[in-house]
Amino acid sequence: MIGTGISVNSITARRRHPLARFAVLALALGLLGGAYALIAPGNQADAAISAGKADDVAEGRSLFVAHCSSCHGMNAEGTSMAPPLVGVGAAAVDFQVSSGRMPAANPGPQAPRKPLAEWVNEDTIRQLSAYVQSLGGGPERPTADMVDPAKGDAAKGGELFRANCIQCHNFVGAGGALTYGKYAPNLNEATPEQIYEAMVTGPQAMPVFNDSTLTPEDKRNMIAYIVSMRELKDPGGFGLGRIGPVTEGLVAWIAGISFMSLAAIWITAKKRKKS
Amino acid sequence: MTTLNTTPKFIGGPASYLDDRLGAGSFLKRNLRKVFPDHWSFLLGEIALYSFIILLLTGTFLTFWFKPGMGHVIYDGPYQELRGVLMSEAYASTLHITFEVRGGLLIRQMHHWAALIFVAGMMVHALRVFFTGAYRKPRELNWIIGVLLLTLALAEGLTGYSLPDDLLSGAGLRITEGVAISLPVIGTYLTFFLFGGEYPGEDVISRFYALHILLIPGILLALISAHMILMWVQKHTQMPGTGRTEQNVVGAPFYPAFMAKAGAYFLFTFAVVAGLGTFAQINPIWLFGPYTPADISAGSQPDFYMGFLEGALRIMPAWEINFLDHTIPLSVLIPALVPMGIVMTGLALYPFLEQWVTGDRREHHIADRPRNNPHRTSIGMAGITFYGLLWLLGANDEISANFHIDLYHTTIFGRFAIFLGPAIAYWITYRICIGLQRRDRDVLGHGVESGVIKRLPNGQYIEVHVPPAEDIADHMLGKKEIPIVPGEPDEAGIPPKGARSIIGKARASMSKTYGTDHIPLELEAGEGHGHEEHAAIGPGEHKEHH
Repeated sequence: MIGTGISVNSITARRRHPLARFAVLALALGLLGGAYALIAPGNQADAAISAGKADDVAEGRSLFVAHCSSCHGMNAEGTSMAPPLVGVGAAAVDFQVSSGRMPAANPGPQAPRKPLAEWVNEDTIRQLSAYVQSLGGGPERPTADMVDPAKGDAAKGGELFRANCIQCHNFVGAGGALTYGKYAPNLNEATPEQIYEAMVTGPQAMPVFNDSTLTPEDKRNMIAYIVSMRELKDPGGFGLGRIGPVTEGLVAWIAGISFMSLAAIWITAKKRKKS
Repeated sequence: MTTLNTTPKFIGGPASYLDDRLGAGSFLKRNLRKVFPDHWSFLLGEIALYSFIILLLTGTFLTFWFKPGMGHVIYDGPYQELRGVLMSEAYASTLHITFEVRGGLLIRQMHHWAALIFVAGMMVHALRVFFTGAYRKPRELNWIIGVLLLTLALAEGLTGYSLPDDLLSGAGLRITEGVAISLPVIGTYLTFFLFGGEYPGEDVISRFYALHILLIPGILLALISAHMILMWVQKHTQMPGTGRTEQNVVGAPFYPAFMAKAGAYFLFTFAVVAGLGTFAQINPIWLFGPYTPADISAGSQPDFYMGFLEGALRIMPAWEINFLDHTIPLSVLIPALVPMGIVMTGLALYPFLEQWVTGDRREHHIADRPRNNPHRTSIGMAGITFYGLLWLLGANDEISANFHIDLYHTTIFGRFAIFLGPAIAYWITYRICIGLQRRDRDVLGHGVESGVIKRLPNGQYIEVHVPPAEDIADHMLGKKEIPIVPGEPDEAGIPPKGARSIIGKARASMSKTYGTDHIPLELEAGEGHGHEEHAAIGPGEHKEHH
């Protein structure tokens, strides 16, 4: 035989070696385990370590201790002031921190959107998200493709938006009042990513719209509608805040009737000169 | 340059032809010179009149394309955000008018703005008539016509608001249904009759269309004509002033002076409506989306003139009575019927109640200055406060969202304010009226400050007062006493005939409160100088000036 230098007979002989069955078993188990480890979601912290994100988790933890732990507890276990963050997921962290709602300025009915703190940027949000995600999983941040308004069907999204969102957020997302000082915020400042994250995490007074209630495609359609409403120019003139007849009535009285009264005063002030 | 001394034949010929057949000449001769008094507030009713004309014209334009149907269609027009969405024909045709008909959006917006200005104009006109007492004899019936016009205008607005079948109008329709169905016993029958079956059914838009473009405008037109004819025949009231009596009217003739002013005022009204229609977006139905009974938006509001009903609904506690297996939902019935009843019935009955209380059967052609009937003015202001608070609370969610006030706080505030507010307004207005009457008496009695400071020989400084200008003095002197029905018992201690029963006593006491003039214009004897000698306050006058 030329080549391997090993005769067919010798392979056949080794196949029948008493240890061969164990070697095959080990190989099969190794392949199966390796494939499973690749496919299945493993321990988040271990996965983060193996994917080289261990630094993010560690950095995130120190950020958390510095900026969040006074309310949420040293291990995100929650306190009487704030809920535990185990299992809320990276999406919740990104939504709350990138919109400036967290860290909260003061406890109140609802944390408002506000300018970002100095330490908040794309990297620190990623690190903080990685830390919270490592605690107990939860919804992940969406990919750019999942929230791309250009890939959604705005008309379909509009129907879903009217059925699910406007009872709190108003028909174009201008926002509205809720009970006990809470409110549904204006959607026009939210990024597509934040809108998606709000739907999957249900921040503050908002319910969760998980993937079985609204599929990711539905969500993208709704984002497309919200963004197109935001970009839609008002063809009829000034939009008057797009909150409906309240501002229209104010304009009718303040502009319309006031002007007509002034006109009446002006017209009747013109007296005929006595000849 | 030649002057024209004779009527040219091409005018004279047709003119006398028409005159011979219509008798128009003598009619015009009599009426063209009709005198109208001049006061800015007398023009306010014309806002409503001219908006109505604009409404008729723009409304006719809209009927050319509007389809009052509830059949389902799939939208395939140019508005991308609704393409492929199922909607009613009414909504689709409104989108068509908005985005495809040339000038359609402008006319739609003008129609809606004109509707708001129409109702608002009626309101300010009614307030002017109320506060000047211009509804008094012989004008009570015209006042009743006015109240009917206002009520019909609300119905006209409600039906028109529902026609486009958008999500917002659907919310209003749903409340209408809720009110109808809450009526005890007849509610369900009435609702099924109105909607042709279960809400929303497929009939209501076409039914409202018939009401909105035919029946109600027809009645409005007839009543407006009656309103104008009565005003013309009875002549307009005038404000008190020099040479003005109950027997004359001082002002400018209809032709040419008043006609020019009225024409100009029409153009102003048109300018306001067209300007708003051009620059301010109103009722953007494409943003609301088509109506489905399952959807509702935050901030769903009616047009402003229905806001007081909305506010009443929002502050009402959730009360209901269950009686013999029937639910009487007071939480809907009371807000739907009571405020409307107080405002509209109160307005309609006021002239008669006032007549009953004062026993005043005289004709009045000179208007009151509001301060000179302080109780009427205070009642009016209390009414405005009642209406205004309800109107404001109809927007409590927008107030809460935009001014960061707890929604429930606005509700609780409303529940107290609706009772306290009118009382406070009554008291403040009464004090202001009395204060203004004192001011009038002061001006007439002591003159007005001339701005001239004089130094007396003893070193004292005084400001010289001069008598008020003649027209101002006459305007103030136009104050007329309010009659009081007799209620005091005679020497034998027997009260007069009408004041013996409980109602009679109440009437006499109300009459005394309503009519007593606490600040008579003439200073009482012993209070110093009379009116004439006071005309020249000279250096010899030693007055205290602090």
